Amino acid sequence: MKKLLEMGISRRGVLGAGLATAGVLAMPSILRAQDRSIKVGVYGGYFKDSFDKNIFPEFTKASGIAVESIAEPTGEAWLVQLQQAARANQAPADLSMMSQVAMLKGQSTELWTPLDTAKLKNADNLLDRFVNKYPDGRIAGIGAVAWYITLVTNTDAYPEAPDSWAAFWDPANADKLGLLALVSNSFLLEVTAKTFMGGTNALDTEEGLLEAFEKLAEVKPNVRLWYRDEAQFEQSLKSGEIPMGQYYHDVTGLAAADGHPVRSTFPKEGGILDSGCWALSKASQKAEEAHVFIDYMSQPEIQALMSRKVGTAPTIKRELLDLTDEEFDAVSSDIDPIIPRYDLYTTKADWLNQKWTELIVG
Amino acid sequence: MRREPPRTIADYAPLVFPALMLIVFFVIPFSTMIAVSFFQRDQAGFYTPTFTLDNYERFLSAFFGGVLGFSIMLAVLVAVVCVAVAFPFTYLLARSSRRVQTVWLVAILSVLSLSEVIIGFAWSTLFSRTAGITNLLVAVGLMSEPQALLPGFGAVLTGMVYQALPYTILVLYPALVRLDPTLLEAARTLGASPARAFLNVVVPALRNTIVATLIMVFVFALGSYLLPQLLGRPQHWTLSVLITDQAIYQSNMPFAAAMAVFLVLMSLALVGLTLMIGGRREASA
Repeated sequence: MKKLLEMGISRRGVLGAGLATAGVLAMPSILRAQDRSIKVGVYGGYFKDSFDKNIFPEFTKASGIAVESIAEPTGEAWLVQLQQAARANQAPADLSMMSQVAMLKGQSTELWTPLDTAKLKNADNLLDRFVNKYPDGRIAGIGAVAWYITLVTNTDAYPEAPDSWAAFWDPANADKLGLLALVSNSFLLEVTAKTFMGGTNALDTEEGLLEAFEKLAEVKPNVRLWYRDEAQFEQSLKSGEIPMGQYYHDVTGLAAADGHPVRSTFPKEGGILDSGCWALSKASQKAEEAHVFIDYMSQPEIQALMSRKVGTAPTIKRELLDLTDEEFDAVSSDIDPIIPRYDLYTTKADWLNQKWTELIVG
Repeated sequence: MRREPPRTIADYAPLVFPALMLIVFFVIPFSTMIAVSFFQRDQAGFYTPTFTLDNYERFLSAFFGGVLGFSIMLAVLVAVVCVAVAFPFTYLLARSSRRVQTVWLVAILSVLSLSEVIIGFAWSTLFSRTAGITNLLVAVGLMSEPQALLPGFGAVLTGMVYQALPYTILVLYPALVRLDPTLLEAARTLGASPARAFLNVVVPALRNTIVATLIMVFVFALGSYLLPQLLGRPQHWTLSVLITDQAIYQSNMPFAAAMAVFLVLMSLALVGLTLMIGGRREASA
């Protein structure tokens, strides 16, 4: 350290260099000189990287609209930022990829500009469940990406693939499961309802929910790990330390392709289908561009491209896609999926969370 | 060095910067948190700034009381184990040659460069059935088959002690190096064995340092939220884990803030109690 200081770099020089660095960092990323542009928020990390690489440049080429992609945090922090910015008539991003619960919460404050299907010629391609509507029927958002959470197993520990979520309840699997730790991201109440109570409608009433909790309590002795962090479970699944659990279908497929002894199974009750929507902030001035973007993203070719390059499940009807069976199975399934009861996580969020925490911690 | 009491306002000038930092980075955020803890939670949105005690009311239950109790017990245990291990170690370190001291201190400092995440994952591998230390025990014939040592309380405690130990040693080190060696020589001359001299002379002479270190490690351990998740079962999750769940995953800021305020108050109370007991003993001594 002393030597470094004696090397003849003046204090002023160091300060100058620091200022120059700060200047470079503060400079906004330079957009290509185009008349039209749009700011699109995507989940930071894997999604943003894949979109930046595979999807956005193609869109700019096709439409002449430049995309500035913004990394948004998962969870609801981004919703809060959008809401507060909209109050000041600012839009940190024009379009954002939003989780279903965040969509519902945004609806309650009319945060999303209703979309006009007349401007979306590909809107008919979409599966109904990927069109997010206000209670009065206006369209709040259009499906952006979808992914499955399925029953995963280590192939060394389980030579035969289980075919039902009921495997979680099997006493033979004591202390062998890895499950997601939160009521709002594991969707295990829905799994319980679909497997044992005839469908997720059983969760309409409080009695139904309590019954599901009671049934779910029987799983507890089988659970070795309640994880929040994906890497934690993935590692244990690959090594066979925790040989069964719930995990993302696409990532498990990638791990299997890399030669790890893991498999993802769509149980006969269906995989859990979670998704994100494109939603337009009410403070945005770029409604035209946003419609062009959503329309572009809903084309069969682009949906197929995303399934191949990003690993997401298509949001449009299968017959329109040119995906081979193998490509389709890598990201999705024809088995009727379990759709999470997102409405419960806005109307009964705190009650569910309290019951859930008491169930797994207590 | 002789210190003179400050006389003019200008003598207080050096305090301005730290005071400003303390206000900007502690007083303001903490006050905001206290304010938010009284706000009304809106399940379908975020929160509305009205005055309500609901958040505190929700916390006052046997369930959260249990979690709070466990968190404090864990932090106390980590502090006690850390000091019990670090004190004799640092004492021996301070007595060894300059070269040995440097090597140890560099090693200890390098442990500090590991993040909590790395420590957590490293221990979860070490404690695993498939790749863990029990495989070594099997190899040398001490065990019949490898076992998983996690998740469990022991694993959480080990991880947290490992994480806090370097801080403990670094806090104890200056005091132990500065300890007057003649004290020990006197004890030895008067016929005390090394162990007896250590327990009856060194430990009492450094009582204040030990208490201060205990408090520091306690506060440090109380904030831990990653290791209990990585190495423990849900019963071993600390209050910090539940605060994170509320703040990040449920966006229930008011309730998260109320829990955090509770945690701060409880730890302040415990620190106060410790200092009070220490002070009284000093007065009677």
